[in-house]
Amino acid sequence: MPRVTYVAQDGKETTLDIPVDTTIMQAAILHGIDGIVAECGGSCMCATCHVYVRDDQLAMVSPVSADEDAMLEGTASPRRTNSRLSCQLIVSPAMDGLVVYLPETQT
Amino acid sequence: MPDDGIVIVGAGHAGFQLAASLRQHGYGGAITLIGDEPVLPYQRPPLSKDYLDGKIGLELLLMRPEAFYRDHRIGYLPGARVMEIDRAARAVRLATGERLSYSHLVLATGARNRVPPLPGIELDGVCYLRTLAETEELRERLAAAGRVVVIGAGFIGLEFAAVARAKGKHVHIVELVDRVMARVVSVPTSLFFAEAHRGAGVEFGFGAQAVRIAGHGGKVDHVDLAGGERLAADLVLVSVGVVPNTELAAASGLAVANGIVVDATLLTADPAISAIGDCATFPCVHAEGQQTRLEAVQNAADHARCVAERILGTPRPYTALPWFWSEQGKLRLQIAGLTTGHDQTVLRGDAESGEFSVFCYRDGQLLGIESVNRPADHAHARRLLAAGRQVRPDEAADASFDLRAAASARSA
Repeated sequence: MPRVTYVAQDGKETTLDIPVDTTIMQAAILHGIDGIVAECGGSCMCATCHVYVRDDQLAMVSPVSADEDAMLEGTASPRRTNSRLSCQLIVSPAMDGLVVYLPETQT
Repeated sequence: MPDDGIVIVGAGHAGFQLAASLRQHGYGGAITLIGDEPVLPYQRPPLSKDYLDGKIGLELLLMRPEAFYRDHRIGYLPGARVMEIDRAARAVRLATGERLSYSHLVLATGARNRVPPLPGIELDGVCYLRTLAETEELRERLAAAGRVVVIGAGFIGLEFAAVARAKGKHVHIVELVDRVMARVVSVPTSLFFAEAHRGAGVEFGFGAQAVRIAGHGGKVDHVDLAGGERLAADLVLVSVGVVPNTELAAASGLAVANGIVVDATLLTADPAISAIGDCATFPCVHAEGQQTRLEAVQNAADHARCVAERILGTPRPYTALPWFWSEQGKLRLQIAGLTTGHDQTVLRGDAESGEFSVFCYRDGQLLGIESVNRPADHAHARRLLAAGRQVRPDEAADASFDLRAAASARSA
């Protein structure tokens, strides 16, 4: 299974083995990673599963859809060029080794 | 004063979020979360969508895994019922007889299905869609059903109809008033959704009143309407709204008026008791301060955060902008603000294309925006309305008007 590392605000790292075709948001919720709220349950409706993808790994993830792009406008922490909604990051073998940084706040 | 901790009655979105927010912001006392269902707290929105459809399992429905409660020292009591609040002693009594003392009590008791007083309502095959158990029963019965009658064309009825139609079931929706989602959306949005469901093969009866559910051998067979029409059915979904669970509060002498009455900080008249989520009626700044009760995940979670902050010493009035969503087949409906009482609607985009927003005004003031398959509009709408900014009707209708810039502007 691809391994994805979540880096919390305090620097704490958690690495998870995530089944292909599930999302980075789902894995975070399943493993109780604080810092991902996912209020809408992964419907791309709420922008509370915001993560920053490590800058040099942006090519590893799928491009931002129009829906996601719109919802990213409403994140509680600043949107940056590497901002993504983790409910839209569907894990593939190509994402093995991905690192995502959790924002200061989701709400 | 000894700290007896926080007792939360109700483990839905509001109750769960309160427990999580209290710990997240450093509350060190005891937290007891009391739920009346036998499972860990779970998310309700996917019940009528992906969970009903079998696309996700229970593990993805849960708010958090079991370890979360242990790691965060949240005492979760499943399958537990609170029978009484002893306000003088600051304690609740459970059905088991156990008493739990509290420093602060939060009522997050939610709402329950409204059950219309119809003959035959008790028949086998009459279903509801609010809890996990109800959804599991419905999913099983839907697989075996051929003809489905849905009573009530609200969010739940329509979301269910979309899933049932996609499974090839014959679906007939009976609605008392003349359009779908009449309580929550504007006429143009209603018309669009009814047409879309019709296009998918759903049949509607508007201005139609079910007067009897009839059965054979205790099982549903058909639904009789007031005009004499008879609809064959082997499954009936009753989705005619909810009633707030206020009995516990009322019995303890707290004010109840279509919800547990709370002030702008979500506190009841008892300074040791708050009420949040679907069960609470609060003065809403987005409804000119009128007492308002909302049934929404956003409302539940934001109420919870507001009360968590108060308990931790930062009281503030609740001002979050209400927003709602519904997914019906491929259609995404997102609503920002409260549009009740609007007297003017302005269409942005093209309903024919299936992507549009409806701006709802009263006396020229923008109340809220409904977006259909236009998530960008919704994202901008939330920021715009939360900041108290206005967009004029002529601007809203102008495709070249930059809604994003208006939402981001520094002043109104």
